[in-house]
Amino acid sequence: MNSNEQHLLSKIATGNGHGENSPYFDGWKAFESNPFHLTNNPEGVIQMGLAENQLCFDLIQEWILNNPQASICTPEGVNDFREIAIFQDYHGLPEFRNAVAKFMEKVRGNRVRFDPDRIVMSGGATGGHETLAFCLADPGEAFLVPTPYYPGFDRDLRWRTGVQLLPVVCESSNDFKVTRKALEDAYERAQEANIRVKGLLITNPSNPLGTILDKQTLRELVSFINEKSIHLICDEIYAATVFSQPGFISISEIIEEEKDIACNRDLIHIVYSLSKDMGFPGFRVGIVYSYKDTVVHCCRKMSSFGLVSSQTQHLIASMLSDDAFVDRFLAESAERLERRYKFLTCSLAEVVIDCLKSNAGLFLCMDLRHLLKNKTFEAEMELWQVIINEVKLNVSSGSSFHCSEPGWFRVCFANMDDSTMEVALTRIRTFVRQHKDVKIPKRKCWNSNLRLSFSSLRVDAQSMLSPHSPVQSPLVRARN
Amino acid sequence: MRLLSRKATCNSHGQDSSYFLGWQEYEKNPYVEVRNPKGIIQMGLAENQLSFDLLESWLAKNPDAAGFKRDGESIFRELALFQDYHGLPDFKKALVEFMAETRGNKVTFNPNNLVLTAGATSANETLMFCLAEAGEAFLLPTPYYPGFDRDLKWRTGVEIVPIHCTSSNDFQITESALEEAYQEAQKRNLRVKGVLVTNPSNPLGTTMSRSELNLLIDFITAKSIHLISDEIYSGTVFRSPGFISVMEVLKDRNCHNTQVWNRVHIVYSLSKDLGLPGFRVGAIYSNDDMVVAAATKMSSFGLVSSQTQYLLSALLSDKKFTKNYISENQKRLKQRHRMLVMGLQNAGISCLKSNAGLFCWVDMRHLLRSNTFEAEMELWKKIVYDVRLNISPGSSCHCAEPGWFRVCFANMSEDTLNLAMQRLKAFVVESTAINGHNQSNCNYHSSKNSKRKSIPKWVFRLSSRDRDRDSDER
Repeated sequence: MNSNEQHLLSKIATGNGHGENSPYFDGWKAFESNPFHLTNNPEGVIQMGLAENQLCFDLIQEWILNNPQASICTPEGVNDFREIAIFQDYHGLPEFRNAVAKFMEKVRGNRVRFDPDRIVMSGGATGGHETLAFCLADPGEAFLVPTPYYPGFDRDLRWRTGVQLLPVVCESSNDFKVTRKALEDAYERAQEANIRVKGLLITNPSNPLGTILDKQTLRELVSFINEKSIHLICDEIYAATVFSQPGFISISEIIEEEKDIACNRDLIHIVYSLSKDMGFPGFRVGIVYSYKDTVVHCCRKMSSFGLVSSQTQHLIASMLSDDAFVDRFLAESAERLERRYKFLTCSLAEVVIDCLKSNAGLFLCMDLRHLLKNKTFEAEMELWQVIINEVKLNVSSGSSFHCSEPGWFRVCFANMDDSTMEVALTRIRTFVRQHKDVKIPKRKCWNSNLRLSFSSLRVDAQSMLSPHSPVQSPLVRARN
Repeated sequence: MRLLSRKATCNSHGQDSSYFLGWQEYEKNPYVEVRNPKGIIQMGLAENQLSFDLLESWLAKNPDAAGFKRDGESIFRELALFQDYHGLPDFKKALVEFMAETRGNKVTFNPNNLVLTAGATSANETLMFCLAEAGEAFLLPTPYYPGFDRDLKWRTGVEIVPIHCTSSNDFQITESALEEAYQEAQKRNLRVKGVLVTNPSNPLGTTMSRSELNLLIDFITAKSIHLISDEIYSGTVFRSPGFISVMEVLKDRNCHNTQVWNRVHIVYSLSKDLGLPGFRVGAIYSNDDMVVAAATKMSSFGLVSSQTQYLLSALLSDKKFTKNYISENQKRLKQRHRMLVMGLQNAGISCLKSNAGLFCWVDMRHLLRSNTFEAEMELWKKIVYDVRLNISPGSSCHCAEPGWFRVCFANMSEDTLNLAMQRLKAFVVESTAINGHNQSNCNYHSSKNSKRKSIPKWVFRLSSRDRDRDSDER
């Protein structure tokens, strides 16, 4: 093979920047090769590594049935077919932008206004992040990101852009809160390494922690980025999954309400999506919202590479402008998430497994430090292999989220039905009993009011699987 | 410190070109039959609006696909959750079969080698990311679709080096033009990674001959580089010679187990053949497993909505429908094309003989004041502002010769097309009269003539304001 042929594909194509060759995907492979099914495969691996919101499809399906005009294919909606089929304007359908802006406002208790003209589409939040990285940074420049963070960021922000991600180390000693000191340390490390920092990326509510940022911290972050004159990218993809107090505070509220805070608005950008709040990852509805005009314009031009299907825009516009439905959905979704969370945490507490206290997201972080052989990531990996292969639960290890301390595991709870959840907890209970001499107190958590009952939902766990599931990397589902 | 990236602040997105002035003028004053009969008629938009009724009637007969149902059961949840970047298997199967059908079933495609992307826009960019480093180059025959400047170069850093084609041989690609382009790249210190062609061609509307395709295959074999064949218009071929896909030629040459087999990639989309640009359905087809693997992962940045995949998988799996659609659509395109050609002829304007696409490549060289691109721009602005037709000047397609314009015919009603032709004819008649008048009265009416001859300042206005173009266009 001559030298010409060796370089026929790009480095991007042949390298590992996509992040899918990491050993952490063993859990996924184990699941794919032996997926749990309540009746057909009760010994299979239960999927708890997938951050999907499957709790409210009954509400959505009901709405779809009652609103045939939302589809451009039904007799009620087909009059719109050709106009919509032709519509490829990268501004997006005005009714879509209006509906999304209104939805985002509702999720923030109508405490802020979003300008529909600043709503820019993207290929999911995945596409949104990559687009912002292309807009805000040149190859070699960097974003700071607090750990632990969603592993997909390594691909989304870095792979094709050449941008770097530098960790802002957070620790369990203060519940992984982001401190000014950690920010300054990270910034300084970058300076020393001669890496130019262009921004800070936060996820609020956090993945994997499930916690929200308090006002004090948000103000601190704003002050930090303003001082350094760097961007702040706020991924608020889990905004509507906040299920208990304290309430969610969006960055938009900080810059709108906090008049005493000096901040150049041009530095603030929000990434959003309907994949988690609504449970629509398949529809690829990503949003970039920027307070800086040139960023809006640039991202909009780049959105050509990942526009939302006009058919989907039309459906979403219709659904999200139904105020009564949205209000009911948001309330019901939060309630069901809370019940599921309480059920899980309570059950885990019974076997003396603590979780990081959280009030949002589709997952929680289990503290399994006491089950580690020693305080190392090797020990964490070992424990994790045991959980996958013996307990047969696919959970995510903290190190895959760049957690600075071993022993933390993210467990998803909104992507399965009650029966499956109970099986998972039984297995955990069994495992803990066998692993250590743990006194199990009288069971308090098996109250029926903590169970979710979906009369219209199929209990069939098979329905939770992708209808077509070849062995695949978790990054196939764009968000874990 | 510079707050935004170089990509954000440069002009590589291509939207500051004066080409988009026509679009802006159209947006300000769009022709509407009753409400704005004097408005600008849009002829710069390569859309296929001729066959929606066929799609609508299919929808009426297939309520399940419309209502998120399969066999009467709701599958909304499954679709809403489906974000597998391998795509809906039923859809990919139906899509490759459709692609085979539009190639007369002379080739077959394996769905496992197909990658779904958000439109051909995304497919082309993704292929660049897979096949080239920043600073490397692809050769493209001119004239070419202006969007390539953005799609291939902007975020990838890849360069385009033109392969100059001329009207002397109907803009066909020649061996010497290929070599010249390659040498030019070498001179500019650019490593050439491949050739990208659009077949059928935008803006020419012609299909590539077998000899051109053979030439290309020989060339890329000799240089050990890639060939990307953007076949987005493959279903719009409405008369002979028929469409020959590059895959067919490879097959005929028994290239199956050779290296060149892995270096030919096809880009496709449903935006032109089915007239569904809003749905963002694009695809990359490659025989190279590594390209398929890398492109599949990259498609995460622009997946096709599962809702749309499902609808189209039902549509395209209906073989009775696709067979009828393909032939009826071609009939209508042929008829519309003929209307345009006759209308132009009536105005004394000829165009390149073509057999595909949604447009004609129109020869207005005889209407130029001089054989220059400045004269082309002058003429173009007159056509936009005075004749009130938005057509695309050849220079925006990087054509090597001034005087050629792309005029679309499938994105308007027959009446509108007729009106456009009337306006054009009136303009040509008037221009000819003016020129004749000037020549015979140049001394006596010299002051009057010079006033008539001088070009208003606005013709040369190049706006530097941010042009936020309203839509993507091919």
